[in-house]
Amino acid sequence: MDFLTIIQILDSTIRLATPLLLACLAGLFSERAGIFDIGLEGKMLAAAFFSAATAAITGSVWLGLLAGTLASMVLSALHGLASITFRGNQLISGVAINFLAAGMTVLIAQDWFQQGGRTPSLIGQGRFNAVTLPFADALADVPVLGPIYSELISGHSILVYLAFLCVPATWWLLFRTRFGLRLRAVGENPAAVDTAGISVIGMRYAAVAICGLLCGIAGAYLATALQAGFVKDMTAGRGYIALAALIFAKWRPWHAMFSCLLFGFLQAVALRYQNIHIGDFVIPVQAMDALPYILTVVILAGFVGKAIPPRAGGEPYVKER
Amino acid sequence: MDVMPKWAEVVLVPLISLLLAAILSALVILAIGEDPIAAVELMVQGALGSTYGWGYTLYYATNFMFTGLAVAVAFHAKMFNIGGEGQAMLGGLGVALACLYFPWPHWSLALIAATVGAALFGAAWAAIPAYLQAKRGSHIVITTIMFNFIAAAVLNYMLVNVLRPEGSMDPATERFSPTVHLPTLHEILAPFGIEFSKAAPANFSLLVAIAACILVWALIWRTRLGYEIRAYGFSEPGARYAGISPTRIIMISMLISGGLAGLMAINNVMGEAERLVLNATEGAGFIGIAVALMGRSHPLGVFLAAILFGFLYQGGAELALWTSIPRELIVVIQALVILFTGALDNMVRMPLESLFLRYRKGRS
Repeated sequence: MDFLTIIQILDSTIRLATPLLLACLAGLFSERAGIFDIGLEGKMLAAAFFSAATAAITGSVWLGLLAGTLASMVLSALHGLASITFRGNQLISGVAINFLAAGMTVLIAQDWFQQGGRTPSLIGQGRFNAVTLPFADALADVPVLGPIYSELISGHSILVYLAFLCVPATWWLLFRTRFGLRLRAVGENPAAVDTAGISVIGMRYAAVAICGLLCGIAGAYLATALQAGFVKDMTAGRGYIALAALIFAKWRPWHAMFSCLLFGFLQAVALRYQNIHIGDFVIPVQAMDALPYILTVVILAGFVGKAIPPRAGGEPYVKER
Repeated sequence: MDVMPKWAEVVLVPLISLLLAAILSALVILAIGEDPIAAVELMVQGALGSTYGWGYTLYYATNFMFTGLAVAVAFHAKMFNIGGEGQAMLGGLGVALACLYFPWPHWSLALIAATVGAALFGAAWAAIPAYLQAKRGSHIVITTIMFNFIAAAVLNYMLVNVLRPEGSMDPATERFSPTVHLPTLHEILAPFGIEFSKAAPANFSLLVAIAACILVWALIWRTRLGYEIRAYGFSEPGARYAGISPTRIIMISMLISGGLAGLMAINNVMGEAERLVLNATEGAGFIGIAVALMGRSHPLGVFLAAILFGFLYQGGAELALWTSIPRELIVVIQALVILFTGALDNMVRMPLESLFLRYRKGRS
């Protein structure tokens, strides 16, 4: 394996980690506020469809991003309605949202475009194109560092940089602002927050809205940057991998970035190689596919440090009467 | 404490939820420019208008009875088993191994072996998440989701690398021998002089599914173990105080749940396909969630809800065949049913409760 191959794999790692990272941070906000969200997958899927459809119709990818984010936030509002206002089961609500998105996207795609549940391919301004960072071309010939800068760091779509900027932003918002402190408190001990005169319901809705926003960007990235258009069920379990990454990261932003990069790397390797031969021993491609999930189970089992979710997670808040 | 009479709780709330889901689905059909009433007529005609339609409806319903019961048993112990899909996949593996590698002289013996194999494999796949929940406190929902994906990878590996016959490109096992063929409803009903469609896949497993419904009912409401499961689901501290071991209840209820989900494979793998293919479960494990919610976790409710979903499935296939409405409409309906009967339950319940309260005050 030469240097260039490694660069290429790492490059595709970054591309594949981006939607995971955005969805993972989305889940981070929601779960830190005590709202479990297994509907990340559905929200991404809805956003992917509406962004691609809008971009295909209007020709503007930015309008697409807006539409995708709105779609995702509508589903978030539904999740909030079910799990905050009506104190329903958050897990069941998430399952319902996933199915709703899986069904509705194909239904609407078929009605609008008649292409078997896909959108037309996006071209030109309908996609997020690669951004070349300054001096990338000039530095390309510098040994080692040149390719790293021009291939690996430069040449991604703007959403990739946005996703990675979201990591410090999330950290700052959650751990250095009053809003973040309250948000985390709502996920650990909502009664205390309520006693302090802050609306638990308001905080939780805010968290769910941020979750919808980030999932929306993740979905839009999938359909308008990573690929050129929407295809049926295109999230392909990424929402669940993001959930796995979130647990793997034990609900912390920087760790979330590293776990998403790890899972992105696994996807990149599985995409590039079918079976991996190490001497006589063959690692089948299915093992690579299953690895993120197996790692998550191991982490959850507490064999590698215990993953403790926010204490009030999954519990609807009922004011004392 | 009980604001509503029992019939309202058991019948009215699910019916209103179903009605809401139906109204929204009708709006969806209208929005894509089709006539909802014509669509319903077509669905009824296609799913219930002939023995062929019934045969498919009952075939799907058999799948959903097993997966619905699986989710329901776990619900009674207050656990949410999303892993029915993976457990059913592994159940398929159990059935395939039981049918392929033993020369069964008669289908009834093969069915017993396949039942054991399916239940064992399904239960084994539920055992690890159950153990982790009971002993390490890892959330059963997350682990069962992960195990769905791991099951898909395991099945993919087994079919591509191990069970695929030489020279075949198709990731599937070879056909089971004709001696393990389960009698279809046509073959069962013919001696009684009842004409039933030859082409429909409904088979003997339907009777096994009905037996499973009765057994689950007996288990949950007529045995000590069932009482303990319900007590644990009602209140963990209460159950603990009464000397019920949480570990034991979690393990046993999840093993039963996984076994039931795995049993689905005798219908779709042994009864219909007669070989194991990739994605044999076709999402039936997830529909079990909707079925259990709709049926209020009661075997009779699960039975009825399974038939309803069987009807939706077959009717949806007919719709996709004859109109421009894609099959995914069923996924939307399924989502709406889960949403209204599961997550938005209180939205239906709260106004009803206040209605009943007002009625009672007016009377007394």
